[in-house]
Amino acid sequence: MTVTLPDEDRREGAIQTLRRGLRMMPEFRRGLPLTVLLAVLATAGRVVVPIAVQQVLDRGIGAEGGPDLDFVTWVVLGCAVVVVLTAVAVYRMNLRLFRTTETALAGLRVRAFRHVHDLSAVHQQADKRGALVSRVTSDVDQLSQFMQWGGVLGLISFGQLLVATVVMFVYSWQLTLVVLVCFVPLGIAVRWFAAELAVVYGLVRERIGDLLAAVSESVVGASTVRAYGVRERTAERIDAAIDRHYRAAVDAQRVAVGVFVSGELAAALANAALVVAGIYLGLAGDISAGTLVAFLFLVTLFVAPVQTASEVINEAQNALAGFRRVLDILDTEPDVRDPATAAPESSLHLPDGVLGVRFDHVTFRYAPGARKALDDVDLTIAPRRRVAIVGETGSGKTTFAKLVTRLMDPVEGRVLLGSDDAGWVPLSDVAFGSLRARVVMVPQDGFLFDATVADNVRYGAPTISDAEVTRAFADLGLTDWVEGLPHGVTSPVGQRGESLSAGERQLVAVARAYVADPDLLVLDEATSAVDPATEQRLTRALDTLTAGRTTLTIAHRLSTAERADEILVVDAGHVVQRGSHAELVGTDGTYARLHASWRRSSAGEPEPVA
Amino acid sequence: MPRRRRDAVVRRGIRHVGRAIALQPRIFAAALLGSSLFAVMTVASAYVIGEITDRVILPSFDEGSASTAALALAVAAIIGVALLRIVGIIGRRLLSGIMQYRLQAQMRREVTGQYLRLPLSWHQQHPTGQLLSNANSDVEAAWFFVAPLAFGLGAVIIIVITGGAMVATDPLLALIGVVIFPLVFVINALYSQVMSPRQQRAQQLRAEVSEIAHESFDAALVVKTLGREESETERFNARAGELRDGLISVGRIRGLFDPLIESLPNLGTLAVLLVGAHRVADGAIDVGELVSIAYLFTLLALPIRAIGWVLAELPRALAGYDRITPVLEATGETPYGPEDAATASGGAALGLQGIGYTFAGVERPAVRDVTFDVPAGGTVAVVGPTGSGKSTLAGLLVRLVDPADGTVLLDGLDIRSLREGQVSDQAAFVAQQAFLFDDTVRGNITLGGPYTDEDVWAALRVAAADDFVTALPDGLDTHVGERGASLSGGQRQRLALARAIVRRPRLLVLDDATSAVDPAVEARILDALRASDAPATVVVVAYRQATIALADEVVWFEHGRAVARGSHEYLLGEVPGYADLVRAYTQAEGVPA
Ligand SMILES: Nc1ncnc2c1ncn2[C@@H]1O[C@H](COP(=O)(O)OP(=O)(O)OP(=O)(O)O)[C@@H](O)[C@H]1O
Ligand SMILES: Nc1ncnc2c1ncn2[C@@H]1O[C@H](COP(=O)(O)OP(=O)(O)OP(=O)(O)O)[C@@H](O)[C@H]1O
Ligand SMILES: [Mg+2]
Ligand SMILES: [Mg+2]
Repeated sequence: MTVTLPDEDRREGAIQTLRRGLRMMPEFRRGLPLTVLLAVLATAGRVVVPIAVQQVLDRGIGAEGGPDLDFVTWVVLGCAVVVVLTAVAVYRMNLRLFRTTETALAGLRVRAFRHVHDLSAVHQQADKRGALVSRVTSDVDQLSQFMQWGGVLGLISFGQLLVATVVMFVYSWQLTLVVLVCFVPLGIAVRWFAAELAVVYGLVRERIGDLLAAVSESVVGASTVRAYGVRERTAERIDAAIDRHYRAAVDAQRVAVGVFVSGELAAALANAALVVAGIYLGLAGDISAGTLVAFLFLVTLFVAPVQTASEVINEAQNALAGFRRVLDILDTEPDVRDPATAAPESSLHLPDGVLGVRFDHVTFRYAPGARKALDDVDLTIAPRRRVAIVGETGSGKTTFAKLVTRLMDPVEGRVLLGSDDAGWVPLSDVAFGSLRARVVMVPQDGFLFDATVADNVRYGAPTISDAEVTRAFADLGLTDWVEGLPHGVTSPVGQRGESLSAGERQLVAVARAYVADPDLLVLDEATSAVDPATEQRLTRALDTLTAGRTTLTIAHRLSTAERADEILVVDAGHVVQRGSHAELVGTDGTYARLHASWRRSSAGEPEPVA
Repeated sequence: MPRRRRDAVVRRGIRHVGRAIALQPRIFAAALLGSSLFAVMTVASAYVIGEITDRVILPSFDEGSASTAALALAVAAIIGVALLRIVGIIGRRLLSGIMQYRLQAQMRREVTGQYLRLPLSWHQQHPTGQLLSNANSDVEAAWFFVAPLAFGLGAVIIIVITGGAMVATDPLLALIGVVIFPLVFVINALYSQVMSPRQQRAQQLRAEVSEIAHESFDAALVVKTLGREESETERFNARAGELRDGLISVGRIRGLFDPLIESLPNLGTLAVLLVGAHRVADGAIDVGELVSIAYLFTLLALPIRAIGWVLAELPRALAGYDRITPVLEATGETPYGPEDAATASGGAALGLQGIGYTFAGVERPAVRDVTFDVPAGGTVAVVGPTGSGKSTLAGLLVRLVDPADGTVLLDGLDIRSLREGQVSDQAAFVAQQAFLFDDTVRGNITLGGPYTDEDVWAALRVAAADDFVTALPDGLDTHVGERGASLSGGQRQRLALARAIVRRPRLLVLDDATSAVDPAVEARILDALRASDAPATVVVVAYRQATIALADEVVWFEHGRAVARGSHEYLLGEVPGYADLVRAYTQAEGVPA
């Protein structure tokens, strides 16, 4: 899903983005009318003061026969009240705006976060974690930052612009037209600039994503970086990402400056045109000198919000660029959707009883045009079977497991779960709630959360107590290990489980799957790093505990295969052999070869020279 | 006490501004120049309009005709001033932007450089998501105020000019202006005091949100397979909710500060009008003077607002900066010595003398009192149950961490005395879990080293990875995705092996790095390393008897100690735990080893 937008998409209009965004942020609309009303009040306050100043000077102090002190006092007091009221209105408006926008943005963050989890495993892997993180953090922050002032200012400027235009019209419609005409080119320029800003700021946001991805990689891969002495090279890569962000940001700044310069030019043009047109209109008898002078002052009321607005437009495009990235995530259709939400009426539950697996001419490839990772696999695994899946590296075993657990959908064919007695259900119709509760996989690279051992086990069964976790380890024959931990099951495992050894992490991951109590358990190299003695104990215990369930076990250590009811041998995406160990070991084929090699290695016999 | 704290925040804020200027003095000076030009031209434009009114507009209306020359002059003046103002804007805006982004980039380089320098033990205590937040949001916060800085300072010129003009016109009215500024600073001091803790909390929560997001996305597969999307979302939601509340509470203060600062000049203007009217009535000043003072006062709104922007951002800047300082000041970088490693070809002699290592926060040492030697070209297998300390030991051999006790000797030299890069030049380490970079196959193997494609292919052949690499769509140029996502587990492991092999290391440390690799391949790798006249020294963590059989000596590990050493046969006979472990599979089936 690495969403690198073509320029065209980045140019998506602000309105479109907003419309898209409002759909995603229903919270935002709540209470908006009152906020807008307050903004109107605030606008009135802003305009009233300069006008009052002008009035006081004109009529109060400059009154014929000396200053009219009473008039001045009343106007000043009245204005002071308005100023205070305006401040209060702005304050109230800010509060409302912050509350609604932050609530809406928090909602957006959470929805985007959830959506990332709803994407299929293939999608998730295609995007970089650091970049994904940036979408629910800095991209949303960008919006929030803008909302903290830009939204308000934008509203106020717009109101101010309207009021100023009306007031100008009252003074002289001809001069107003002159001013408006002068600002027409700016309007056109701003449209162009807005599109341009959308592109450059989009790039800036992307660069931040790249930067975070580079940092994330260097941090997660810290030990590889150290072991290979590639600190400088890694630093160069990060620095390059930093530089690219810097350059994008400066480019964006350049375009932004263009916006302000155009605003300034338009204002100068308007002033000059006013002087010239005003004098000629005056000479023609259409306006008085007073009107023209007043107008020269009024036009500043018009120009100021235009300048502010260009600032706002600039920041808005910056924020929109972040917004778009968040929305793009939300708009990415998950290609493996939960039928319970996608098509509730046709979504199914898994049939009761132990589950078997049926592959109905299943073909899978990771990308269009890529090699088939599985090719026309057609087989049925009966319920209650202990099945081992073996094959060379890259043959498609993990792919098989991911299709059984519906981490991805086949390109062709169907995967079904069930049994002949209870019926077979296409996996793609099974509600995730039902599927995940009954089909559990321990992935090849298990992951632990930065919490205690017990918390991590509880991830498979949220309601169990520490005592039950301890019992689960006992069931698996791992009591000794648990007792050896500094704080038993309440020992912290560290980030990604890194305070445990690799084998220990796998023990926790297996326990986590065990407490989930699935009907179909898929183990993908789940004990590859565990020492053989512990592994034998563990798998034996598991065999007993899962007796009567269906288990699919992928392992390079063929001891698993020896004990299995049935073995599937995968080779280059095909299931090439199938049968029990006894049947296959004597048959000339992939399994016999793999097994002989494994046997020799575990028995310590030298390899025959190839 | 609160007074002192308030001062402290303000003082630290000012010092922080000084820091920004000191880091980019030249650009700042230029931006300030632009801003000053802008400020002067802003005053000038008001002046120009006044002059045009007096000299062109009013005479024209009086005389009933306009002189083209005068009009042209007026237009030229307006446009000329505007152009100068534009020059000022470009200078201020662009340079302020450049300054801000330079400061950001520089700090990001420092922060990420620190990430790369700090030891693994430091990393274990700092969640990745938090480090991302430091490098991103905290850095951004630290220098955000730079954008309006030059504007704010340049605007001081406006204050000086208008202040001067006001004093010259009427000192009493000017006094009202003087009163406003202390007010701005008092309000700001109060604001900073209230805002600082809120901003700190907001930045902290930002980091926590980032932490959860990173961990959760990292765990995506587990979340999916156990169907825990809902609870993960709940976890994220809780923290995002706290952040929302934090930001709202920031907004509440900001939302008060902004209108307060904005209304000050307005109220000042009104005060000037009121007092001024009396002064005019008293005959102390004339109407024209009051008018000009009132206009001057409206001009003041701009600089006050600009200074307000800078001040408003300072608490956040400090919050961000304070979160970065501990990273920048963290110590514990690996110290390097002056020595060069021996340049001899062939295996390096490895010596371990009383090695001990204890992880932070744990009492029991993971490795203790380990002493053994591996002669140049020798092969030692380290065998032990899960969690016995093998990986910890392997990391010590290649100086991923430094032992708390004892020394690791490479060709008789303490590896701590070697120059940076020397250990990794001599030794290659293949970790238990293969880590691939988001790079091409080639990039992952050479890691930027001077290896030809032939070297790479040769290494791939030894690691039995040539077949699948050939089948990849772009061969060596195929991007493997983040952490090698587009490869199978075994394929990743093979690339990691090839990465070590291509370096022809003098010491190779394999930490159970062949679990997904065929034994035949493993034998080939070890053969390749040992075949030459000057074979590499190999330390291999392994369980397979075939691998172990290749070793000259086996070290049996238990609870962090090298409990026994000797040949495979010797250990089989003498150490029951060892025999149980290596024979686990064969015994199960009753096959004699
Ligand atoms: N970062 C850490 N913080 C605290 N304890 C740790 C840390 N890393 C490892 N340990 C502990 O140190 C001990 C040794 O770990 P190590 O990874 O060296 O074991 P190992 O022998 O490699 O095990 P395995 O065979 O599972 O890979 C274990 O008990 C583990 O829990
Ligand atoms: N995300 C992916 N994108 C593209 N190709 C992939 C992806 N994951 C796996 N492949 C490719 O699909 C093929 C099958 O991979 P799979 O992970 O199923 O192998 P495996 O049998 O599990 O191997 P191993 O024993 O090494 O784990 C491999 O050639 C691999 O390179
Ligand atoms: Mg696999
Ligand atoms: Mg280990």
